[in-house]
Amino acid sequence: MINLAGRDILHGWGKFLFTGVGLGLLIGVTLSMAGIYRGMVDDGQVLIDNSGADLWVVQQGTLGPYAEPSSIRDDVWRGIAGLPGVAETGNAAYLTMQIEHAGKESRAMVVGMEVDRPNRPGAPAYLTAGRPVLAGHYEAIADELAKFKLGERVRIRRHEYEIVGLTRRMVSSSGDPMIFVPLKDAQEIQFLKDNDALLNERARTAANPAFNRPGVPGLLEAVQAANAQSRMVNAVLVRLEANADPEAVAAEIRRWKRLQAYTKVQMEDILVAKLIATSSRQIAMFLVILSVVTAAIVAFIIYTMTLAKVREIAVLKLIGARNRTIAGMILQQALGLGLIGFFVGRLAAGLWAPVFPKYVLLLPGDALRGFAIVMAICALASVVAIRAALAIDPAEAIGG
Amino acid sequence: MKLPSRRALALGLAALLFLAGFGWLVATQGPLARVKVTVAKAGETTLDRTLFGIGTVEARRSYAIGPTVAGRVAAVLVDHGEAVTAGQLLAEMDPVDLEARQAAGSATAARAGQLVASAQAALAEAGSRARLAQASSERYADLRRKSFVSQEAADAKVHEAAAAQAGQEAAAAALAAAKDEARRAQSDLAGLGKSRAHLRLVSPVDGIVTARLAEPGSTVVAGQSVVQVIDPATLWLRVRIDQGRSAGLAVGLPVDIALRSRPGQMLKGRVERVDLVGDAVAEERIANVSLGEAPGNQAIGELAEATLHLPPAAKALAVPAAAVKRVGTENGVWRLVEGRARFAAVSTGPASADGMVQVLNGLAAGDAVIVHSNRTLTPDLRVNVVDTLVKAAP
Repeated sequence: MINLAGRDILHGWGKFLFTGVGLGLLIGVTLSMAGIYRGMVDDGQVLIDNSGADLWVVQQGTLGPYAEPSSIRDDVWRGIAGLPGVAETGNAAYLTMQIEHAGKESRAMVVGMEVDRPNRPGAPAYLTAGRPVLAGHYEAIADELAKFKLGERVRIRRHEYEIVGLTRRMVSSSGDPMIFVPLKDAQEIQFLKDNDALLNERARTAANPAFNRPGVPGLLEAVQAANAQSRMVNAVLVRLEANADPEAVAAEIRRWKRLQAYTKVQMEDILVAKLIATSSRQIAMFLVILSVVTAAIVAFIIYTMTLAKVREIAVLKLIGARNRTIAGMILQQALGLGLIGFFVGRLAAGLWAPVFPKYVLLLPGDALRGFAIVMAICALASVVAIRAALAIDPAEAIGG
Repeated sequence: MKLPSRRALALGLAALLFLAGFGWLVATQGPLARVKVTVAKAGETTLDRTLFGIGTVEARRSYAIGPTVAGRVAAVLVDHGEAVTAGQLLAEMDPVDLEARQAAGSATAARAGQLVASAQAALAEAGSRARLAQASSERYADLRRKSFVSQEAADAKVHEAAAAQAGQEAAAAALAAAKDEARRAQSDLAGLGKSRAHLRLVSPVDGIVTARLAEPGSTVVAGQSVVQVIDPATLWLRVRIDQGRSAGLAVGLPVDIALRSRPGQMLKGRVERVDLVGDAVAEERIANVSLGEAPGNQAIGELAEATLHLPPAAKALAVPAAAVKRVGTENGVWRLVEGRARFAAVSTGPASADGMVQVLNGLAAGDAVIVHSNRTLTPDLRVNVVDTLVKAAP
């Protein structure tokens, strides 16, 4: 017995193929949308993994340092380092800012990390080129996304930084590339203002009679020196001993140090469930609409393909073909269309994913799930066409 | 069954090509792609170790010149940037009533001098009177022996002589008192002169005026400076070095200095002093670095980057610093063994400025270690070794 579906496809293969490719591009968009969502989640995930921390200690009552601003004194770590179960602590400062590069401004997250020993918490987990920061000041490691080159000098606020290393997939939760600088520099970037702001601030202090009293020489200078200090960080990253219970240590810090402490699980919840909640729902909504549209288009295509073959199906019926044979032919064609569409879509998504400005993560699991859904949609869509085909009167083959 | 048509063959071939392309894409672009790494061999080399710090240009000796008592500034004779010599008058305080008190003092001193002269005259007169009374008394005594005068008259003369003698002594005492008084008045006057001289603010050294902090007419309290003078020959850098990277900091280390105004020009210097007391809050140590040949025109307070050269570590087993990773609570390197990543815990020593770090133990010379990777490594991960992960690094 010959394969009716195959014969029919070979008969009009060009049309079938182009329909499949068109459908594939639509599926590609759907898969990319899923990839964008996965990429967003992954951005949050890598932020957690790359900081190399087990606990995040932040200002009391905040969801810092990524989701909310948090500001604590930079000597807080001394009290935390002494707690049982704590292996290592590291101060970290985060700030998102515009950085000018090659005449263009781009958004980046500047990360202040401690550099006195290798691999302090907060430092990038791996490099793709160059070396770690070894000097205490004015060296930086940039994510490749920022498009800096090794040895380049980049101006951030008051100082120029030399790019000594490059890394990959070190991004903020909103996908901005990270630029790692020594903590003291980051504190300066964060709290030391530009010249105009400094001058204005000094003038304001000088105009305040409480700070500029006759008969108390040196008071104004002392106040101004105190104002220019930057002794704050955004978080203390804590690494725990191998056998320590993160929740227990976090509870200890919350209770006795009057600070907020988050474990990895809680931080994931903050970043994935809270920070990108709305945008991920937005994308999920879009994904649902795209799926519905895809299903509708597949159904429509198969329906019109069937209607175009009214006469042939009538002849088949006339020569005594069973309904099962006809239904099988339509179902096979629908599934074939879905198959071509899926592969073209996956290929297209894979090809255009690197061009996206933000990270698009195409997971194999998502692809498999997508394949199953595409096939299910095609099978369902063929039902309408099968019903139409079965309703065709064999007399149409000779009448018309 | 007949052979498949040419068209069917072409279609089949196209489908195969398509599937091959699909397979390539999945294997190289997505999460299933193999991790790419670059590799270096551990080897013995000489490590040029450096310390890095940020410093400001400061004067080793800075003189804040001001009055010792509160007062009003009468005149400021020098301005910012002027060269001054030791002893030069820089500013003067308003003496208020000091000059009048000086005039009164000198009048008192003059009067005391005159009183001394008057007392001297009185003493001379008393002496003369005493000598006369003495002579008269002796004459009467002589006459009494010859019984020309009564005993009473002779006794009266003896008394007169004694009284005149006492009068002379009183006059001598009055003269001494007048002289003391004159000395006191002189001392008073000298004291006023000293106070007056103290209101003249003079430079203690040859130097340059760096600040004019008060203008004539303004009131300053005791100890507030009016003019600041530095000795420009003593300019040096006060360099702050992170405690965590300050091992080996010592006097005499050679230093490369880049002033902020001339970032490209490296000045030579050396560590002159390491402060025993560090900054406990900033967790920094402070080293004072001399500027070898100062280019001139550098401003006090100017920022400078100082690179201190430690003695090099010879024959150190070193790997690129980027190879040192952390797994759990241990530092170590990923060794490349038969195409797979194997973690080896190592302890590291000092690092050089060009990105090499000394490995103290846990690794042998010639071991291949993974330097860069495009993903986090896991034990026994199969990796592809490439020359570089980033294209076209200049």
